[in-house]
Amino acid sequence: MKLHPLARTLVTARTWPFVIDVGVAACALAVFFAVISTGTYWLGKPVPVVPISHSIGALPAYAFYSIVRIGIAYLLSLTFAITYGYTAAYNPRIEAWMIAVLDILQSIPVLSFLPPVVLAMVALIPSHQMGIEMGVVLLIFTGQVWNLAFSFYSSLKSIPREMLEASRIYRYSAWQRFWQLEMPYSAIGLVWNSIVSVAGGWFALMACEMFTMGTRNFQLPGLGSYLQTAADSGDIHALEAGFAVVILIVVATDQLAWRPLIAWSDKFKFEQVESADRVTSPILNLLQRSALLTSLPGQLWSHIEEPMYRRFARTKEARVVHPLDEGTSRNTASPALWTIAILALTVVGWGALQAVLMLRTVTWPELKLLLEGAVATFLRVNAALLISALWTIPVGVAIGFNPKIARFIQPLAQILASVPATAFFPILLIGLVKIGGGLGIGSIALMLLGTQWYILFNVIAGAMSIPSDLREVSSLFRFTRWQRWTRLILPGIFPYLITGMVTASGGAWNASVFAEYSRMPGRTLQTIGLGAQIDAATDSGRFPVLLLATIFISLMVVTMNRLVWRRLYRLAETRYKLEG
Amino acid sequence: MQEVAIQSPAESVKTDAIIRAEQIEKYYSQPSENRIQVISATDLSIVPGEIVALLGPSGSGKSTMLRMLTGLSVPSAGQVYWHEKPIADAEINVSIVFQSFALFPWMTVLENVEAPLQARGIAPAERHERSMKMIDTVGLDGFESAYPKELSGGMRQRVGFARALVVEPEVLFMDEPFSALDVLTAENLRSELLELWEKKTMPTKSVFIVTHNIEEAVLLADRIIVLGRNPGHIRTDFRVQIPQPRDRKSEPFTQLVDYIYKVLTRPDVAPVAAPDHQHPGPRPRDQRQMHYQMLPHARPGGIAGLLELLLDKGGRDDIYRLADDLAFEIDDLLPIVDAAQLLGFLKIEEGDASITEKGAEFANSEILRQKELFRDAAIEHILLLRQIRRALESKSDHTVPEDFFLDMIDEQFSEEESRRQMETAINWGRYAELFDFDAARRRFVMPDALEENAANEEVQ
Repeated sequence: MKLHPLARTLVTARTWPFVIDVGVAACALAVFFAVISTGTYWLGKPVPVVPISHSIGALPAYAFYSIVRIGIAYLLSLTFAITYGYTAAYNPRIEAWMIAVLDILQSIPVLSFLPPVVLAMVALIPSHQMGIEMGVVLLIFTGQVWNLAFSFYSSLKSIPREMLEASRIYRYSAWQRFWQLEMPYSAIGLVWNSIVSVAGGWFALMACEMFTMGTRNFQLPGLGSYLQTAADSGDIHALEAGFAVVILIVVATDQLAWRPLIAWSDKFKFEQVESADRVTSPILNLLQRSALLTSLPGQLWSHIEEPMYRRFARTKEARVVHPLDEGTSRNTASPALWTIAILALTVVGWGALQAVLMLRTVTWPELKLLLEGAVATFLRVNAALLISALWTIPVGVAIGFNPKIARFIQPLAQILASVPATAFFPILLIGLVKIGGGLGIGSIALMLLGTQWYILFNVIAGAMSIPSDLREVSSLFRFTRWQRWTRLILPGIFPYLITGMVTASGGAWNASVFAEYSRMPGRTLQTIGLGAQIDAATDSGRFPVLLLATIFISLMVVTMNRLVWRRLYRLAETRYKLEG
Repeated sequence: MQEVAIQSPAESVKTDAIIRAEQIEKYYSQPSENRIQVISATDLSIVPGEIVALLGPSGSGKSTMLRMLTGLSVPSAGQVYWHEKPIADAEINVSIVFQSFALFPWMTVLENVEAPLQARGIAPAERHERSMKMIDTVGLDGFESAYPKELSGGMRQRVGFARALVVEPEVLFMDEPFSALDVLTAENLRSELLELWEKKTMPTKSVFIVTHNIEEAVLLADRIIVLGRNPGHIRTDFRVQIPQPRDRKSEPFTQLVDYIYKVLTRPDVAPVAAPDHQHPGPRPRDQRQMHYQMLPHARPGGIAGLLELLLDKGGRDDIYRLADDLAFEIDDLLPIVDAAQLLGFLKIEEGDASITEKGAEFANSEILRQKELFRDAAIEHILLLRQIRRALESKSDHTVPEDFFLDMIDEQFSEEESRRQMETAINWGRYAELFDFDAARRRFVMPDALEENAANEEVQ
């Protein structure tokens, strides 16, 4: 039953508006307190190694610090992504460059950013704890920003032409266009990418709260440090409690943030008819019933916005219709722009030259090790992908063909995909050491932990999307099992499988850095691999090797994307797309 | 006899035009010296008090013309004036009603209508009042808080009208406003639009409607401009003297429709009743290189269907009546007629289509023979298909990439049109079994060579 369009306005009967409003007010108070306490810690004297307590009572505080880091990094990412995507989409002169840069940055593993980012931030804010904290936050930022930027950029580029024309002919200001056309149009993409991003943020955070760089040790209060130190000292109770908190946070984020957001973003769906199945969220319903929340922001907002609209309308810009074509390419570049371009070019050129000079100090044995590492890591990443695909395809299809189970497992796989695998690395490592296996094989297991859920999640979705009439045809014609798989199931899930594999492949490369090298009390576990080289170089402060290893990884990822994934993606989009 | 309904618009054009286009052109530069002319130099004026209809076959640049006149697109050469001021600097007041409605799905009806007023800095209270009034005017009262996706197509276009009219535009532009709607809804909206116009309910001084529907143009317009293509140019521009309300069945109406059909189906002949002040502008530079025919985007099945129908009617019929029998719009039928003509199955004389000997044989044959006849006709008459076939025959591995031919034809057509030309060529060639096309590798393949590979994979 669909609601009559008019019924929407009638459903204003609220059950306990007052109670909810009190709740919301209480939340606001809590936020206030949290800001104050974080502030005092951040503005305090810098303490690189904060001692970590293993008592369970300390956990909420650690969890809170970690969440604050993720939150700030996420807000930074979102702001950056929107600015970057917007600039790229509307400046045809630099568009191709900006996208290429994004493509490369995306391929660099988070940990490669560690030394430059942390050193810079510590140097920038030497007298406060904030310096180290900002370093870690920026590190998490590098783990979650790129796909957001891509998503926003491609949304902007795919806005239907007639809608753009409407916004031009009715002389929307850039402000109005942003809030009424561009943001709403990109909202769904941003929400889904935010889920992936924040998961990536947790993944990086777990490993970044505690690290060594050259002779300097860093250890910040947070869940990552807690789990790491607990594993180091073999405190099983603390570990269990830590895991529980991590999973609790992931589930709570899913329920309190993502599901309401997905349900809310449904209204931005660019569709002509209302679709039947949609995500529902009790939290969103609750929030929408709060009298305070539904009316207050709107009123505040219009107080800010109305004068702006009036001012924009008076400007000369707003009086003429701006052409859509040749709009920017016609006016010639201003001298200021040229100066900036030349300056940027000089700086980049000088930097690149310095980097190349630095690379010359890499010795022949180091290079040989790096090349071997490249091969080993490449094989390991693909082995992890292959193993993931091998078990998730049959399992995922079995689940997907059974709607009852799927409805239950699907969200679970989504949550599992968000659980940061790095949180479990310390304990897994202990297990590996006990069994006596080295990291060579062990690191594959670690990569699997992080990557397989994406594939499972997508395969289930793919299997569910195969129309039942096609399945009926296959049983009607008595397809053999082989025929069923090659003619129906594999082609049917192909686009989903590729989507999952692309995400998983990016994750696996990133994970290789964490998985191939591990410092434990008294000894360092490592295997041959690029990831291990990056880690070891960071630890020993050998930056030329770090740079070269990063270039290798970046090269391999970009090449794989260009040669393999992009082609498969195109194939999936053209040939194996099941028209809805 | 058509002269009853037609009169030259020359007298009113000169002075008080709201929008005046002077020698506007549109072309796209190619990397090579060539450039693709979309619209050749054209003069055009919109004066107060008239509904102008811009008619033309697809590919004649109707929409491009509209966008240049509204300032959304900059002419490659020439200038558009708004009250004698260059349009880029003028504070123009126009609206567009779009074919796809272009409503913002995340905003309610009211918010959609209010948005243009908000852009003009109008205070919330006044905004609300004006929008509500306009929503009432277009007959949507009660739906102001609904979202566009909850409305039917007709109602959505009403929102489009409300949004366009709420800013009280001097000129209301419409880009095929009714072609996404079903026949009855379109008819209904058209008559309501006329009513608003006649009663002066809207302060709009002029309406400019782009359409491919001839009857729609004759029904609504005070003045009709017919565009020709390759490149777009004005073929004729005349006034309609039939008083409103117009009756589709009346003699002057059908005569005028018939006249426009004749103009449209005979692209090479200058229109009989065209006012003599009209000069279609200089021919574009690259004309001499146009050796590929423009393939009409019709399917072989459609061609066969048309020929069979024509045969049933004794081999000759009025195109207008054919379209009527099929309940086709001119834009749907013309490509099929063009294609049949191109293949030598059909001849056009005076707006009548008559089947040729080949065409009759084609229509009477069974499917395999039809393919043979189509193949012969295609090789004889269509250069691109002939070239593809030759290339396949002469290469040792009997395959040629699509890009090879795309490169040749894109000297002559825009990028988008090149793709569509290629698509049509592939469609025809596959039907005629001239070649097969491997969509995954984007290559043409000789049919025999393909059969060997076919066993490997054929997943749908």
